[in-house]
Amino acid sequence: MADADLGEGRRRALPEWVPALARILGTVAVTMLGLMLITFFIGRVVPVDPVILVIGDRAPKSVYDRTFIELGLDKPIWQQFLIYLGQVFQGDLGDSFLTKRPIISDIARVFPATLELATVGILIGTLFGVPLGVFAAVRQGKLADQVVRVVGLIGYSAPIFWLGLLGLLLFYARLHWIGGPGRVDISFEYSFTNRTGLMLLDTAMQGEWAAFRNVVGHIALPGALLGYLSMAYISRMSRSFMLNELGQEYITTARVKGVPERRIIWVHALRNAAVPLVTVIALSYAGLLEGAVLTETVFSWPGLGQYLTNSLQKADMNAVLGCTLVIGTIYIGLNLLSDLLYTLLDPRVRRRT
Amino acid sequence: MSLLSVENLRVTFPTRQGPSEVVRGVTFELGRERLGIVGESGSGKSQTGRAILGLTPPPGKATADRLEFDGIDLRNASARTWRSLRGSRMSMVMQDPKYSLNPVMTIGRQLIEALRYSGGGAAKAEAMAMLEAVQIRDPERVFRAYPHELSGGMGQRAMIAMMLVTKPDLLIADEPTSALDVTVQVEVLRILDGLVRDRGMGLIFISHDLRLVSSFCDRVLVMYAGRVVEELDARDLSKAQHPYTRGLMNCLPKIDDDQRPLPVLERDAAWLE
Ligand SMILES: Nc1ncnc2c1ncn2[C@@H]1O[C@H](COP(=O)(O)OP(=O)(O)O)[C@@H](O)[C@H]1O
Ligand SMILES: [Mg+2]
Repeated sequence: MADADLGEGRRRALPEWVPALARILGTVAVTMLGLMLITFFIGRVVPVDPVILVIGDRAPKSVYDRTFIELGLDKPIWQQFLIYLGQVFQGDLGDSFLTKRPIISDIARVFPATLELATVGILIGTLFGVPLGVFAAVRQGKLADQVVRVVGLIGYSAPIFWLGLLGLLLFYARLHWIGGPGRVDISFEYSFTNRTGLMLLDTAMQGEWAAFRNVVGHIALPGALLGYLSMAYISRMSRSFMLNELGQEYITTARVKGVPERRIIWVHALRNAAVPLVTVIALSYAGLLEGAVLTETVFSWPGLGQYLTNSLQKADMNAVLGCTLVIGTIYIGLNLLSDLLYTLLDPRVRRRT
Repeated sequence: MSLLSVENLRVTFPTRQGPSEVVRGVTFELGRERLGIVGESGSGKSQTGRAILGLTPPPGKATADRLEFDGIDLRNASARTWRSLRGSRMSMVMQDPKYSLNPVMTIGRQLIEALRYSGGGAAKAEAMAMLEAVQIRDPERVFRAYPHELSGGMGQRAMIAMMLVTKPDLLIADEPTSALDVTVQVEVLRILDGLVRDRGMGLIFISHDLRLVSSFCDRVLVMYAGRVVEELDARDLSKAQHPYTRGLMNCLPKIDDDQRPLPVLERDAAWLE
């Protein structure tokens, strides 16, 4: 009898991906639509007159009326939304009132800086955070656990601008180990072509190793700082997920089989703890991609966080909405990615999704 | 020389109200035979089994005056000694396959792993043969399946296969059939029985079901609140002296004897001595 209820999951595994994928894409489409609906209505609700944004407040009434119609503001609101959708899909997020350039090209300019910094941060955070968390869980209650906890707590509570300034003072001003604020020294800025906007990648691909070292010197401190912050969070979550897994019965089973402790920790327990960890790491990454405003300010890092703060202060509505849209898309994208990884890591959800 | 000798085994857990002793001076000898341990839930059966394998969960502590397996003192055994014993020479079928199989590893990989760390090669053929030996009709499919894709009975058979594939000398089976329905239960017991006979290993069969144990084992230890209150030949069950054992027996329903009111299991603080 038991043979019968083995489940057809294995045999039909491949076709089951199709509806699963369709459902995920459907969810993404609905979420994106919701996001655009929100940015659109915020744009209409705020007390900033879009016509004045375009023509300035000294233009005559006739120009105002013409622009009003040009912008489609006389049409019903749902038509305006459709027009907005069409524009967004063509990559047209409007022009910036500050820089007079298309928002999309502004974002394309600042986003790689944030992407590069966030990626370095999350890599450091994960590479150190996960092993530290595992280590703390294995030594639960012992000295090593306490040390990891304290190191994490400092990461939680120390103000980043304080740590950043302290770091700059020590490593840049005193020891001259690293580059100062900004992404690269001016002397190197034109020694390589901007292809991806990711300077580490651009310099490495073009073999400009002197420039590469300079870029590394600049990103090291802010990257390490963001890495430290995400490490604090990731290590704490890894510790608690690992403790949960190490208390499970299948761990005892593995011990009964004579499996070495190292393999029990790093293969059996961690492989299970990785399932919820993926979501934690993806969301930390999304948080960093939003643009760490304080870090970008302290290190004069020309990224999304700085751009967004600037736009907010100057009430540059199109820029703010554009950034909101981009950040929302990042969250949706990373959520999607973590869902897919989740499905890959946990055979139990494969049939349900 | 007996396969396993246990003398005055004690397992203690620290609690807020002070240390709580859940196994209190268990003593027995085991040859290449089938020994049953019965007792109500919470009487310390599982903790006895785990202590023998050195797997008392922290912060619990196990102590004994003597704990020898095949002449090897287990009390202060090194990690290396344990590695050479667990899996390859002593093994334990865990209580509930739902929780005691790794959910993200296929049955096949878990089986092969058992073989690999007991000195044997990672031979798939051996694993497949073992799956067949526990009456799994489609071993190829089970080999590739994840635990959640198996029914309880299948999971338990896979677990038994995993613990027997290394041909251990001692097998502790902790309620191997409690999670199963009756038809599957009988089948699993038959498999275990056949394997014990063929291989001549020592078996400790843990259960709360006195009737099952007495029909399946050679000898029975009756546990109550961490103590062995009576040790009997399975045949002599009717001659049991201890009031707790008699109570357990009276609680077994009989077809021809409709007792009303239903008998209640008596407990007496004096049995704790
Ligand atoms: N990890 C633990 N910490 C504290 N007490 C425990 C732990 N595990 C088991 N116990 C206690 O030990 C006693 C015996 O448990 P166990 O050996 O599992 O009983 P049985 O298998 O006979 O049902 C129970 O009272 C249980 O509450
Ligand atoms: Mg038990």
